[in-house]
Amino acid sequence: MKIVVCIKQVPDTKGGVKFKPDGTLDRGAMLAIMNPDDKAGLEAALRLKDQYGAEVTVLTMGLPKADAVLREAFAMGADKAILVTDRVLGGADTWATSSTIAGAIRNLEYDLIITGRQAIDGDTAQVGPQISEHLNLPVISYAEEIKVDEKAKTVEVKRQFEDRYHIVKAKMPCLVTALSELNEPRYMTPGGIFDAFEKEVTVWGRNDLKDVDDSNLGLKGSPTQIAKASDKVKKGQGEKVAPESVDEAVDYIVGKLTEKHVI
Amino acid sequence: MSLEEYKGVFIFAQQVDNELSSIALELLGKAKNLAEDLDEKKVTAVLLGSGVKGLSDKLAEYGADRVIVVDDPALKDYRTEPYTHALASVINEFKPEILLVGATAIGRDLGPRVSSRVHTGLTADCTSLDIGDFPLNPTPGQEQKHKQLLMTRPAFGGNTIATIACPDFRPQMATVRPGVMQKIDPIKGAKAEIVEFNPGFEENNCYTEILKIVKEASSVADIQGAKILVSGGRGVGSAENFKLLDELAEVLGGTVSCSRAVVDSGWKPKDLQVGQTGKTVRPSLYFAIGISGAIQHVAGMEESDIIIAINKDENAPIFDVADYGVVGDLNKIVPALTKKIKEEMANKK
Repeated sequence: MKIVVCIKQVPDTKGGVKFKPDGTLDRGAMLAIMNPDDKAGLEAALRLKDQYGAEVTVLTMGLPKADAVLREAFAMGADKAILVTDRVLGGADTWATSSTIAGAIRNLEYDLIITGRQAIDGDTAQVGPQISEHLNLPVISYAEEIKVDEKAKTVEVKRQFEDRYHIVKAKMPCLVTALSELNEPRYMTPGGIFDAFEKEVTVWGRNDLKDVDDSNLGLKGSPTQIAKASDKVKKGQGEKVAPESVDEAVDYIVGKLTEKHVI
Repeated sequence: MSLEEYKGVFIFAQQVDNELSSIALELLGKAKNLAEDLDEKKVTAVLLGSGVKGLSDKLAEYGADRVIVVDDPALKDYRTEPYTHALASVINEFKPEILLVGATAIGRDLGPRVSSRVHTGLTADCTSLDIGDFPLNPTPGQEQKHKQLLMTRPAFGGNTIATIACPDFRPQMATVRPGVMQKIDPIKGAKAEIVEFNPGFEENNCYTEILKIVKEASSVADIQGAKILVSGGRGVGSAENFKLLDELAEVLGGTVSCSRAVVDSGWKPKDLQVGQTGKTVRPSLYFAIGISGAIQHVAGMEESDIIIAINKDENAPIFDVADYGVVGDLNKIVPALTKKIKEEMANKK
């Protein structure tokens, strides 16, 4: 079985967000990590590899420094790694990103593609389903469990909704998007870390993408355009009091509730 | 693509088990609002399912002028492929200028698949939608287009906010966070024009099979529908201590919600979680009790009309968004507050 896992390098928003003195986000000061949902997707692929034997290829699109997350994937147990990087791919929205990744995947053999549900920087959850459409594959989003029937060439996935889950069966090849709740990703092994720097990352540029028109790539190929982006303006501060006694605190709150006609 | 052919605001009227999801009605409220600023004022709901035609009247009462119904056994339970085929076919046939979809577990799967099929842009998880110019200000060498959909969304865990347009493709598509847009007051007896449309369904490799559906009956309250929320964080200290908040919520006729730390500690179920990874709420009154106010939490509640924070740490970031902040011990203040409110209300009767 051949599995392709799409991963993304993202700034870590969980380990505390850093701001510059002028109040804007200091992206440079934040750690770059493997996106959590993608890591869960990789872990799911590695478990299928442990169970059935599989070749796991990780693929990322990004700046050359995204090499770091591919090395991490090697250290966890991935077999092959591909970095898709090219100046002309920059500024892509989800349409252009998914067109790019689909163009890269067309060069590969695969039974299963796993992506994270969403990345913690963009939070869109769009790229996975969009890749599946470009490749004309079935998609099952929000996977909490993935089982494979190698003989029948099918997958069975526990697909989460707000108030229920479905057990969904799809024919392979197919694409599954993973929730970080899917599993607890393994650590890198010391031997793995050592090997990770010996192994070769395949680097692809624009010309290595298959069956994608220039009009679908990068900033120019992005249907959505940014009208305005800003670091969030904090709401104007309201009142803050530090009452001497409990009664004083209670009177203050009750006063406000009365003033606002809540009580 | 001739952009002028695309007219009107459409919404995807999500239903589950032949019951309309609240988001469908919220989207209608917003669609009506947007349509006022466009040449085509008619709002269309797209209703997909099996045996769902009866839901049209409710859509009409909440603002739909027209309902396009695709009724087919293939659409009984949500599956990506037949729903994508249905919605993409409706787009190709009826050519909407704008299509809004709920950012639900269904909409966040359907939206991207449909946008790829019809080749247009999609902006995820919008919290605000307006009609305006793109670029916002006249820019030399670039045509400024008018009456564009301007879609605003938080990104980066709520730390940044971006406004996005889709000037050269149609429909302009957005998924919209549940709980953010306002429904209109239903117009009793309103009727919509019903258009039945069936593009035909043929199984292909992309069809999946649903082997089992397991409903996880939720016994918890709907925090997105609540007018008053009494929300607790790690500072509450324990699951048992939430009874202080339960009592306050009860006298106010409110509902208890919580921060992520509380869910992670196992004190409350995830359904009650407010924030970036939980639910977005905008009640008329939000009590933040023992909540430090991490940006991810604030992203889910800052649109509340009035925010009152109680926290013993005077430097807690929650005080930056609170309208009224009280530095003090919640264990003393909350029970005393509950008692006082009870007395005040008794006096008023």
